[in-house]
Amino acid sequence: MITLKVNGKQFQAEVDPATPLLWVLRETLGLTGTKYGCGMAQCGACTVHLDGEAIRSCVKRVSDAAGKEITTIEGLSPDLSHPLQKAWIEIDVPQCGYCQSGQLMSAAVLLAENPKPTDTDIDEGMAGNICRCGTYPRIRQAIHRAAEIKSQGGAK
Amino acid sequence: MSATTVKRRDFLKTGAAVGGGLLISLYLPELSQAGVSAKTSDKLKFVEPATFAPNAFIRIATDDTVTVIVNKSEMGQGVYTSLPMLIAEELEADWSKIKVESAPVDAVYNHTVFGMQLTGGSTSTASEWQRFRKAGATARIMLIAAAAQNWKVEPQSLRAENGFVIHPASKRRASFGSLADTAATLTPPKDVPLKDPKDFKLIGKSTRRLDTPAKVNGSAQFGLDVQIPGMMTAVVARPPVFGGKVVSLNAEKAKAVAGVKDVLQVPSGVAVIATGFWPAKLGRERLEIKWDDGPGANLSTVGMREQYATLAKNPGLVANKVGDPAKALAGAAKTITAEYEVPYLAHAMMEPLNCVVDLRADRCEIWTGTQMQTVDRMAAAAAAGLKPEQVQIHTTLLGGGFGRRANPASDFVLEAVQVAKAARVPVKVVWTREDDIRGGYYRPMWYDRMVGGVDATGNPVAWTHTIVGQSIFQGTFFEQFGIKDGIDSASVEGAADLLYGIPNLQVDLHTPRIGVPVLWWRSVGHSHNGFAVEAFFDELAHAGGKDPYELRRTLLAKQPRMRAVLDLVAQKANWGKPLPAGRGRGIATHFSFDSYVGQVAEVSVDKTGAVRVHRMVCAVDCGQVVNPDSVKAQMEGGIIFGLTAALKDEITFEGGRVQQRNFHDYPMLRINESPEIEVYIVPSTENPTGVGEPGVPPVAPAVANAIFAATGKRVRKLPIRLS
Repeated sequence: MITLKVNGKQFQAEVDPATPLLWVLRETLGLTGTKYGCGMAQCGACTVHLDGEAIRSCVKRVSDAAGKEITTIEGLSPDLSHPLQKAWIEIDVPQCGYCQSGQLMSAAVLLAENPKPTDTDIDEGMAGNICRCGTYPRIRQAIHRAAEIKSQGGAK
Repeated sequence: MSATTVKRRDFLKTGAAVGGGLLISLYLPELSQAGVSAKTSDKLKFVEPATFAPNAFIRIATDDTVTVIVNKSEMGQGVYTSLPMLIAEELEADWSKIKVESAPVDAVYNHTVFGMQLTGGSTSTASEWQRFRKAGATARIMLIAAAAQNWKVEPQSLRAENGFVIHPASKRRASFGSLADTAATLTPPKDVPLKDPKDFKLIGKSTRRLDTPAKVNGSAQFGLDVQIPGMMTAVVARPPVFGGKVVSLNAEKAKAVAGVKDVLQVPSGVAVIATGFWPAKLGRERLEIKWDDGPGANLSTVGMREQYATLAKNPGLVANKVGDPAKALAGAAKTITAEYEVPYLAHAMMEPLNCVVDLRADRCEIWTGTQMQTVDRMAAAAAAGLKPEQVQIHTTLLGGGFGRRANPASDFVLEAVQVAKAARVPVKVVWTREDDIRGGYYRPMWYDRMVGGVDATGNPVAWTHTIVGQSIFQGTFFEQFGIKDGIDSASVEGAADLLYGIPNLQVDLHTPRIGVPVLWWRSVGHSHNGFAVEAFFDELAHAGGKDPYELRRTLLAKQPRMRAVLDLVAQKANWGKPLPAGRGRGIATHFSFDSYVGQVAEVSVDKTGAVRVHRMVCAVDCGQVVNPDSVKAQMEGGIIFGLTAALKDEITFEGGRVQQRNFHDYPMLRINESPEIEVYIVPSTENPTGVGEPGVPPVAPAVANAIFAATGKRVRKLPIRLS
């Protein structure tokens, strides 16, 4: 039995400890906002926060996440109020939307660590997340916009 | 899917014939007392009594919500917003009350031209442009009639505005929802007038997508997210060589994996049924299967390339001939010959293929992200031993499509039904990324031989283009539309219908039969012909000492729309103005899916041969624009998609096996490689045309031409490798 703390709530999961965190989140806990894209930390669709760091949950053993604070896209904000969510909606970033949970979770850590990122900072911070629809120009724009919203006190 | 099978003129003609039939059936009074046709009513159980459903596309509830039932799959292109905009415009709805539902499978939702339910060929807006607006106008007229009846006034004295019917004389107002009950008792009008475009309030205005909120908080439901009671997860071991078969199977070790419930042979391979994805995948890794590779075992990219190059030396079946190109070439002041090549490509949608099937004795329910519901339902019914009406498909959001989810062979749906049938439990079949990259249904590999001649003044006088590659339509039921006299229209689209006024021209085709499954891939034949034609055009311009932009301008004299696009993109990209040292500009235009696109790339190449695309400028004329921001987004996305193909990827074979397997060796363009992109839309009141695909074809040639401008090196093969 593994105890997981996800989005502030405790869960008990009876799973093989070697199972990647991704599949426990999606299938055991029903938190399907975190996506499977490659299974080898290449695309970033499965990005979640582990003690505030962006990690690829498709290659993280669930046992290594036990006892740590896990945040998934469902826990980014309860009501679309995160500056990134606001900016994403304002700029209409998503197309198919499948990679966007991962994009947002990577961007959230980037923004937390660097409140006013440059284009280069964004390129470096977001290079691990693939978007096949090609929303990159809008992701850049939306991260700048989120930084602005945050600096104006729009942050939680 | 190719839209060139249905040319503009035919589109209108066929649209009237096929679409007209649908429109009639849609507006026949007996279809709409209860709001929906008799055929659909048993499936549309969600229609509640206190709901006004004037046709199969609209439901207005007493709480004022307007639900638009969208018959096109949302795969990122924005149809769940742009199509509701068409209805809301004519309905005079309150946009904030609009909700969207995906349509069930029913003939009433068929494509107005293709006669089946499908999303493809960049045709969604074009095919629904009339029907959705008429659906909205019908509902508006009925709501007005309901208010007129309630208030005992003439309908002419009323108007609809922002979700209300208003009687200006008495200042009375009634919300659409409050009129739903009365409106539901009325007979819909037979014919309805549509708005004059000058009165559009929504159409043509950038409108935020309705699906964005759900896509930024994790609540959007893709096929892979579907969970149903009692469901098992399956992964399938498919043959490593296309056409291979299982010779022997030892499933002992796989069955020993905790969570693995069963191992079953299915027509496509061996399915591992488990409590979740992870045990299923672990189980598959432990399968011991001996495969018979079959005749595909000798397939190699090197061998195919030799075969194609040999074929290209001689003309194939003639797809188009103008004048006397042989004579013109013989008399030309200068001729050039070049061979162009592009590889097989996988679609690599971010959401790998998947399909949930709940198969019972008398019915089958399917949840999947598909672009081709009618065909999938027929395949599912045949596999399940049911009638098509006993199969229902719930179309989820698609995590990308690009054509892969519109397969005439219904591979991922058919297989899932076969697995469910064998497993006797509800199953979700999940493809891993490796399964996706190695699963076939690729954009075909192509080899093009081009010969061009210019006269003494440098003007092109002759152009021949020999195309070699597999047919997409061959062997599918689309053959009847797509293949004529041995010519697959998707093989020659964007080449045989050249817009340039070149007096002597021949485009011909060889169609080798190769055992690699192929399929349409965002922009289909245009994806390779756009490259070969526009890059070779650049070569011919330089051979004649002409500026590539100016020469295009001259030869597009009879193509005012393309010429306007060309001029706009050249102007916005500062064509002809100096650039920083080491940079080059390349220009390309392409007509596809009835839309006109021009692009200018700005690139540099470093000492290692690495190509950096700094800026892409794009101009598009796609007729009347519904949601300008969505058009921009599709051009941006098409450019990134095109850059990935230009700079990164190839699917290659050795010993019949695909040599790539995941994003590390089939990479995607990333944000740090992504250029600045500018998109300009040419204002137009012509009928709307394609948007999802036309942004792709000009990308590779614009980049290749820019590399020549920057370095003097010609790029004739994709992906671009300069080192």
